[in-house]
Amino acid sequence: MALASAGCVAALALLPLGYIAAYTVDVGWSGIQELVFRPRVAELLWNTARLVVGTVLCCGVLGVGAAWLVERSSVPARRVWHVLLIAPLAVPAFVNSYVWISLLPGLDTYAGALLVVTLSYFPFVYLPVAAAFRGLDPALEETAHGLGLSSWAVFRRVQLPQLRVALLGGGLLVALHLLAEFGALQMLRYPTFTTAIYDQYRATFNGPGATMLAGVLCLLCLLLLLAELRLRGDRGYAGSGRGAVRPGRPVALGVMTAPALLALAALVALALLVPLAGLGRWMAVGVSTARGWDVLTTTGTTLTLAAGAAALTTAMALPTAWLAVRARGRTATLLERSTYLGSAVPGIVVALALVTLSIRATPWLYQTVPVLLAAYAILFLPRAIVTVRSAVEQSSPLYDEIAASLGSSTPDRLRRVTLPLLAPGMGAGAALVFLAVVTELTATLLLAPTGTTTLATAFWSASSALEYGGAAPYAVVMVLLSAPATVLLSRDARRGLTT
Amino acid sequence: MSSLTVEDLAKSFGATPVLTGVDLHVPEGSFTALLGPSGCGKTTLLRLIAGFEDPDSGTVVLGDRVVAGTGRRVAARRRGVGLVPQEGGLFPHLTVAGNISFGLPRRQRRDGGRVRELLGLVGLDAALADRAPHQLSGGQQQRVALARALAPEPSLVLLDEPFSSLDAALREETRGAVSAALSATGATAVLVTHDQAEALSMADQVAVLRGGRLVQITDPRTLYRRPGDLDVATFVGEAVVLDADLRDGRAHCSLGALPYEQASPGGGLPGGRARVLLRPEQLRLSGPVPTAPVARVRSVDFFGHDSRVWLELPDGERVSARLDGADVPAAGDDVSVTVRGAALAFAVEPVTGSA
Repeated sequence: MALASAGCVAALALLPLGYIAAYTVDVGWSGIQELVFRPRVAELLWNTARLVVGTVLCCGVLGVGAAWLVERSSVPARRVWHVLLIAPLAVPAFVNSYVWISLLPGLDTYAGALLVVTLSYFPFVYLPVAAAFRGLDPALEETAHGLGLSSWAVFRRVQLPQLRVALLGGGLLVALHLLAEFGALQMLRYPTFTTAIYDQYRATFNGPGATMLAGVLCLLCLLLLLAELRLRGDRGYAGSGRGAVRPGRPVALGVMTAPALLALAALVALALLVPLAGLGRWMAVGVSTARGWDVLTTTGTTLTLAAGAAALTTAMALPTAWLAVRARGRTATLLERSTYLGSAVPGIVVALALVTLSIRATPWLYQTVPVLLAAYAILFLPRAIVTVRSAVEQSSPLYDEIAASLGSSTPDRLRRVTLPLLAPGMGAGAALVFLAVVTELTATLLLAPTGTTTLATAFWSASSALEYGGAAPYAVVMVLLSAPATVLLSRDARRGLTT
Repeated sequence: MSSLTVEDLAKSFGATPVLTGVDLHVPEGSFTALLGPSGCGKTTLLRLIAGFEDPDSGTVVLGDRVVAGTGRRVAARRRGVGLVPQEGGLFPHLTVAGNISFGLPRRQRRDGGRVRELLGLVGLDAALADRAPHQLSGGQQQRVALARALAPEPSLVLLDEPFSSLDAALREETRGAVSAALSATGATAVLVTHDQAEALSMADQVAVLRGGRLVQITDPRTLYRRPGDLDVATFVGEAVVLDADLRDGRAHCSLGALPYEQASPGGGLPGGRARVLLRPEQLRLSGPVPTAPVARVRSVDFFGHDSRVWLELPDGERVSARLDGADVPAAGDDVSVTVRGAALAFAVEPVTGSA
């Protein structure tokens, strides 16, 4: 039962990737040569590669520096900084980029794109590295200090090697997100694979050109994913499975306190205050032009879609998560990995594949809610699987056995023991999926039924028409709805390297 | 309550045999300890009795009902076997009252009186009923787990190392409360443990399990005084084991010529070489006298209520003696050793012949 359902889930998750692969085989080698080996693709590859490398480096420096200050130095108000440094995640990257481009129209360059995506994505490095810092045993650092090493030498020779896994994991996460990023870069008019696929799709609906670009993009994602699998296989999560460690004595900053505070303040100002202030300004402009009723109905549509997707995705995650814990083995691992693999595919590719497949195989499903929900499920399954899985891990089979020894039947045990124990994890998984769907743009643009607008697509059409004021209310609602995700993330910071 | 009879039980996981030919009888209303080192198969035996695993062969009988073996398999939930797992295993999503009443029929679950009665039985305050499991101490969790197991009036209660995670003081107290509750209900109980003191002090009979086989089952006193072999002897308590020569009705060893009894009552030892067992508390020390062997004190472990004295005998053999009272010799002293009571003689096992 569980195996069959998990198999179906894995098959669905692999559908877009399978479509791209089958299409590539269909096109054949000569077709690939014609469609892929051309200057346009080389240009996109160069654009994408230098943006990914630049962003990962910048995010790495910002993330590690901020994490060190918050977790290991005497900088004042460390808890407050921690929350402020995660908070930028509540502002979707395309909203951030809308604010910046509306403030400084000259940002449509490589440097501009680098600035905006770095400010949106550095928390992906900050979070795991801060968690890893917390997991480091301060006894090692004290020993190194005792051996006469300076603070810098301790950082370089003791802490950094131990942070390696968290740092690389965070960097890979930034890279994967960046490969899938569409809205922010389109808004900045910085062409990468995703924006090129979208433009091709809009121009020629479903030319082989778009599909082949998607193939190259998938290949890049798979390479990154392989890198992450190897990384995790080698070392596992940094500091995972450790209990609480004795907190170490923070490094006294002394005269460096003021510059450190200034640096953190500057980072938070750029990453959080600018977008919020910009939104506030456009809100003030837009209040006159926006129609409150539209915002309300769009919010209603978005919440309904998000709730449906959350319920569906969590239900789909259950068999896979269950098998991964209770029936550990090759098959279970394969099924779990398939869902991770499937969701590493960028939203634009998932959407493209589902559009084409639904038109060809099931025309009556084209541009309907079920297909849109399926796309959400494919994209966000790992978020649900990771949380449900850890809930299954915590509900040991012992409870089931004790309940049986007390005379409880199988359905009775499911109702009275298993489901209550899994409920918090399933709830958290559903919340993560819900919040992701609220700000999903790319797949929704391509797959939403005609006439159905979500907050993200309404925001998108308004800002594409340069109605910055009219777009602001939708962005504000998205930020308000995403804020709880920040709380979830700041509480359980270890999660999420693959999601 | 019913008796438990296990006959010729065998179980292997893959190619690894875990239990072979285990026979065990636990009379109705009695308390049996299954004693063995970790990995000896005692938890597997417990799981076979509870119905979480199926035996490869052999039978498990509760009262007069065959619950496993000879083609029958009664599901765990129909066996009426209560379980107290290692760390309590209280359902974390339920209160103490919810845990205790879990196995009761639906109508009785809301009956606060029954929960209070069971809390009282295990010596806990009725005010704990609304607490969550994580608000209880380890000992309290174990008692609630026992109350939960006893609530549906099971035919048998299984306790899987329930005290091993508690610290020493709490362990004593919890053992007392558990023993009292079990004897008050007249429950038939099986306790799995690797702690010999726990087995000897709590149980009516002790079954020693080793390498998947049951090597001896008897009451605690007999087990300590007349262990079946030297391995059991050293496992159930501290032991002084010496080479000896049996002749003229005495065991001649480095502690002198001692009176002895034979370990296996039927099979008489022919005389000649043997191994003799003494318990450290049988050794008496005094100032050097010419009539008794003299030993040198190597070191002393002082425990307060008594002491262990490590002695080196003239032939180089090292033995320990347990002394109570304040008059303990110091390291380096020479003392005379006399033996109280008889030694227990074992045949020399062919493989372990001394060099």
